[in-house]
Amino acid sequence: MPGTDAFDLRRYLRNDTRSAGVWIALVALILFGLARYENFGGAYNIVSFLNYNSLFIIISIGMCFVIMTGGIDLSVGSVAAFTSVVAAYLSPYGLEVALPGGVLAGIAFGAINAFCIIAMRIPPFIATLATMLAAKGGALVISGAQTISVDWGSNFTKLGMEKAFNILPWSIVIVALVAVALWIVLEHTSLGRTVLAIGGSEDASNLMGLKVTRAKAFVYLLSGGCAGLAGVFLASGFGAGQPLEGIGWELSAIASVVVGGTLLTGGLGSVPATVAGALLLGLVFNVLNFENGRGTISLSAYWQMVIRGGFLFVVILLQTRIGPSQKEVG
Amino acid sequence: MSDNTMTSDKHGAPMNQQSVVRLLRNNGGIVALLIILAFNALFTPNFLQVQTLFVNISQVATIAIVAIGMTVVIATAGIDLSVGAVMALAGALAPLIFQSEFGTAYPVLGLIIAFAVPLLVAALCGLFNGVLISYLNVQPIITTLILFISGRGIAQVLTNGNLQTFSNPSFSYIGTGKILGLPFQGWLALLLACIVYWIVTRTIFGRYLLAVGGNERAAKLSGAPVRTVKIGAYVICAFLSGIAGLIVVAINSASDAARNGNLMELDAIAAAVVGGALLQGGRAPIFGAILGAVIIQLVKYTLLANGVEDEVALIAKAMIIVLAVYVQQARKE
Repeated sequence: MPGTDAFDLRRYLRNDTRSAGVWIALVALILFGLARYENFGGAYNIVSFLNYNSLFIIISIGMCFVIMTGGIDLSVGSVAAFTSVVAAYLSPYGLEVALPGGVLAGIAFGAINAFCIIAMRIPPFIATLATMLAAKGGALVISGAQTISVDWGSNFTKLGMEKAFNILPWSIVIVALVAVALWIVLEHTSLGRTVLAIGGSEDASNLMGLKVTRAKAFVYLLSGGCAGLAGVFLASGFGAGQPLEGIGWELSAIASVVVGGTLLTGGLGSVPATVAGALLLGLVFNVLNFENGRGTISLSAYWQMVIRGGFLFVVILLQTRIGPSQKEVG
Repeated sequence: MSDNTMTSDKHGAPMNQQSVVRLLRNNGGIVALLIILAFNALFTPNFLQVQTLFVNISQVATIAIVAIGMTVVIATAGIDLSVGAVMALAGALAPLIFQSEFGTAYPVLGLIIAFAVPLLVAALCGLFNGVLISYLNVQPIITTLILFISGRGIAQVLTNGNLQTFSNPSFSYIGTGKILGLPFQGWLALLLACIVYWIVTRTIFGRYLLAVGGNERAAKLSGAPVRTVKIGAYVICAFLSGIAGLIVVAINSASDAARNGNLMELDAIAAAVVGGALLQGGRAPIFGAILGAVIIQLVKYTLLANGVEDEVALIAKAMIIVLAVYVQQARKE
């Protein structure tokens, strides 16, 4: 099918130019930071930056897969809050129990989403909005609305606080491994190709005999699992399960995905560019923190929400300007 | 065109099969309501008292008012997640205005501006949503997510995150006043429902609204001003959310930007869907939204009055939303 190939090629070229934007912005912002702030390139800043943002990177990657199918997952933030509590409860049994336990709890919520969306045919945003509510309620119920301190005696806190080979925090190493694995899944497996095909046209994918149901179930389970992992990092890195965390995380994740060039209507997307998008969003806050420190500006914590929304707004404006119109692809 | 008439039939003139379906659907809501009422009458202590009625009406009004707006937006096959944030924004602005130097110097004028400016800002939020959605073709969920998060952020920046308390009886009337012994905001909700019902069923805008939701392409081809209609829907929704935000502030004699309207989008969507709104658009059951709001409020009240924790109530609400949408999907197919 030469015609289809040509079309795909054009898409990918376009995709590359979209992704180029986020890489350029990322490099520019890093150079700006290095030039302007003394400690910006210091080991402390880099490590704490990566450690904190590993949460958002992992959630963004899961979200990226969901959005590529044309869906959305609004539940990631409260699912992460829920699994942070689960991981904190499991922490006395050590990392080898708490880590899979937290991830499994996230996957369980992903399974609820998948069931509602695929079997009950409920629109993704309603289903995941309901799960968001249920996970939030669930987190508050199992924690008694308290932060749950982790067991400092076990090896659980190593994950978020100690470094692999004394270089990088474990959390960022794990995220890097997961990102590479998922990148390969997306680019080189039939499952990954099906995910993209669904976003292009679900009907056409069905008619072509692709395993649409399997791929759709996969993305929601994946997103739940990623949120679960983020929750484990949260508990490990901050020493407590936090039932009230995760507010607005879905927005950060969506913004990161979109700034990475993934089309909101699905059918187009990239794992590395999503990671770059998450780093860029994190870096904006990092730079603002440095500015706050220098006293040139004084922004309260409330500005974070405004800026997060503003960032998404700018990204959307850029996407509609540069990219193909949503109708063309959708 | 045929689609256009079909959608209006669904809403207006009764037709054999459709009217049966509609009757069932309407009764579904009412049956649910009767069951909840019966349950409460039997099991909830002190349910059959004037005080209970009073509390529920004063609380249901804000849900109902926002749900009316949500129904209008859903009729265009859209959704508005920013309603709660818009409530917070409007609610934060009003006390800032009537407690300012100007507001205390000219109480009457200050009060008028304290109503007008927040509602204008709310309407502008709707304009922002509507323009992004209709001119840039951004999905409604994503668009309204922007204000969902930064709208509340702006409200908190404006108030520096502080609780604004005040004592202003004339402003508080919209939350604590009574007409014929019942809360003012209950009457206001009914009045707004009647106005929006009139707009939806009796004006050209209303015809276009249902046509756009029924089949956007067909509506466009038959000359409906699709963009204007969509913008109008989001402006109406945001404006009504602004009113609800002011009422919440008036009830509490305090404005808390972090809490005002928190999770309201879920209540409003649930109320609209329970009331018979189709997420695919094309229907605008305004009084259904009121019924839906009453059901949602009573479920909340029932759980609370019977000692169920707030957190569990969240899970119950999530299940109601999923079930209501599921039942509707099943009916449609």
